[in-house]
Amino acid sequence: MKFDKRAGDILVWALLLSAPFWLPLAGSYVELGTRVVIYALAAMALNFLLGYTGVLSFGHAAYFGLGAYGTALTIKYLVPSTPVGMLAGIVLGTVAAAIIGPMIVRLRGVYFAMCTIAFGQVFYFIAFQWFSLTGGDDGVSAWHRVPLNFGFATLDILNNNKAFYYFVLAVFAVSAAAMAFLLRSPFGRTLLAIRENERRARFLGIPVDQHIWMSWVVSCFFVSIAGTLFALMNDFVDPRALRWDQSGNFVIMAVLGGMRSFWGPLIGAAIFLVLQDYISSETQNWMSFIGLFFVLVVLFFPRGVLGIIRRKATT
Amino acid sequence: MTLLRVENVSKHFGSLIAVDNVSMTVAPGELRAVIGPNGAGKTTFFNLISGFLTQTSGQIIFDGEDISGLLPARRVWRGIARTFQITEVFPELTIRENLKIAVEVASGYRLRMWQSEEADTDVKKRVVELLEVSGLSQSADRLVGELAHGDQRATEIMMALALKPRLLLLDEPTAGMGDQETYNITQLIRRLHKDGKLTIVLIEHDMRVVFHLADRIMVLDQGKFLAEGTPPEIAANKAVQTAYLGQAA
Repeated sequence: MKFDKRAGDILVWALLLSAPFWLPLAGSYVELGTRVVIYALAAMALNFLLGYTGVLSFGHAAYFGLGAYGTALTIKYLVPSTPVGMLAGIVLGTVAAAIIGPMIVRLRGVYFAMCTIAFGQVFYFIAFQWFSLTGGDDGVSAWHRVPLNFGFATLDILNNNKAFYYFVLAVFAVSAAAMAFLLRSPFGRTLLAIRENERRARFLGIPVDQHIWMSWVVSCFFVSIAGTLFALMNDFVDPRALRWDQSGNFVIMAVLGGMRSFWGPLIGAAIFLVLQDYISSETQNWMSFIGLFFVLVVLFFPRGVLGIIRRKATT
Repeated sequence: MTLLRVENVSKHFGSLIAVDNVSMTVAPGELRAVIGPNGAGKTTFFNLISGFLTQTSGQIIFDGEDISGLLPARRVWRGIARTFQITEVFPELTIRENLKIAVEVASGYRLRMWQSEEADTDVKKRVVELLEVSGLSQSADRLVGELAHGDQRATEIMMALALKPRLLLLDEPTAGMGDQETYNITQLIRRLHKDGKLTIVLIEHDMRVVFHLADRIMVLDQGKFLAEGTPPEIAANKAVQTAYLGQAA
C-alpha cells in the first residue's frame, strides 16, 4: 500500500520531468504541457479546500485572475521583473481572499458556493469596466515575461519554451510539496476532521470557521500562484481569466481526476486540456464532449479517474 | 463541592417549551444519569450544557464560572466533552487517525503546520493508551465507517476522553446496541468512572444500565424536573412510576 503510493509519486514526477521530450513524440507540443501544469496547480489548490476541507468554492477564478492581473500590471507599468510581478500577483490574490474570507466562512454548502461566485463576479466586472487600468475586455497586452537573471546565469524563459516549462514545473513542485506538507501536519488533520464531520470537529474544540478561513486563504494563495504563471505563459491577461466559468473548469478538473487523491486534480487537468486540445481542432463544441465525459464520470465513478484506478489496485 | 451547576435553564422553540426551568448540581467524581420518557427534553438539556444550543433563560456554571454564553469549542477547552445520540465520528479515517486528531487538538497542536518527531511520538503513545483502554487495538487501522455500531460508539467515547475532560456528557451511549455491546460499553463507562474518577452525566433509556452505573438519577418529564435521588429512591418514587407507566398505558 505504502509502496504503491511512493511508486505513484515517482511515476508522476518522472512523467512531468520528461514531458518536454516525450510530448513532441506523442504528436503534441511543450506549451500544452506547460498549460497542464499551471491548471493542475490551480485545481490542486482548489482541491485543498474541496477535497481536504470539504468546502466547495465556485469562485477560485477570482484569485487566479487577481494573481494574473497583479503580475501583468506590475511588469507592464511598474517593474519589468518576472519575480517581482509574481510576488505582486500572489500578494494581491491572497490579500483579497483573506479579506473576503471572514464574510463567507460561516456559510456552508451551496450558500458558500453561491457567495464565492458572487464575490468572484465582482472582480470580473471590475476588470471588465476599469478600462484605463485593465484595458477592459481587450485585456492587458503589450508586455511580456522577462528572462530570469540569477547574476551568474540567465534563464531565458521568454524565448526558450523548455526553459519556461521547467520554470513552471519548479514553481509547481514547490507548491505541491508545500501543500502535501501542510496536509500531513496537525493543522492539515483538523481540516480532514472538518470534512469528515463538522459537528464532531467542533466538539473536539476546533473553532471550525477559523480553520475553514485558514484553509481558504492557503487555497487561494496557491491558486493565485497558478494565476501568475498563467499570465506569464500568455504574456497577456483578460477578464476571462477570472470569470465564473473558469472557476467551474477548476472544479471539473478536481472532480474528474478524483478529489480524494492528491494527484487527482493533475490527472483531471491533463484529461480536460488534452481533450480540449484535440476536440477543439475538430469542432467548436468541444465543451459538450467534456461535459458528457464529466457527467459519465460523476454518475458512475464519483471518486474520479484516479478513484477507479485505486479501486482496481485494491481489489 | 460542585463541578457543574445548572440554574433554572429553559429552552423555547417558538411556542414549544422543550426544557422548562430545570436545575441540576453535579459533584466532582459523580456519575449522574438523566432519564425520562421520550420527549422529556433530555437531549435538549444536554445541548444547552455543551453549547450546541443556547438557553432561552437561566445560567450554566462550570467550575465556578458562568459558561452560558460560550461557544461549543470554548466549553471544550474548559473541559466539557460530549458524545451524541447518533454517533459522530470521522467515518473515512481509521480509529487511529480519529484518536490522533483528538489527541493533537487536546494537546493544543491544532494550528501547528509542522510537527516535531518528539511531539509526534508522544501523540502516538497517547493514542495507543486510548486504544488499550477501549479494547479497540485489534481494529485500530480499520476505517471507522466500516466498524460495528458498538465499536463506533466506543471510538467516539475515546475521542471525547482524549480531550482529558473534567466532565463527560454521554447521550444514550448504548442506543441501538445488542446485549454484548451494551455490556461492553457499560463496563467501559464504569471503569472510566471508578478507576478514572471521571465526572460523567449520561442520558440513557436502558434502565439496567442506569441502575447499574448511576450514583444519582434525575428524572425529566415533558421538559420539567420531576425527581432526583439515588437509584433506590427513584425506583420507589410514585411520580416517576406514573410518568413511565402513564406513557406505557
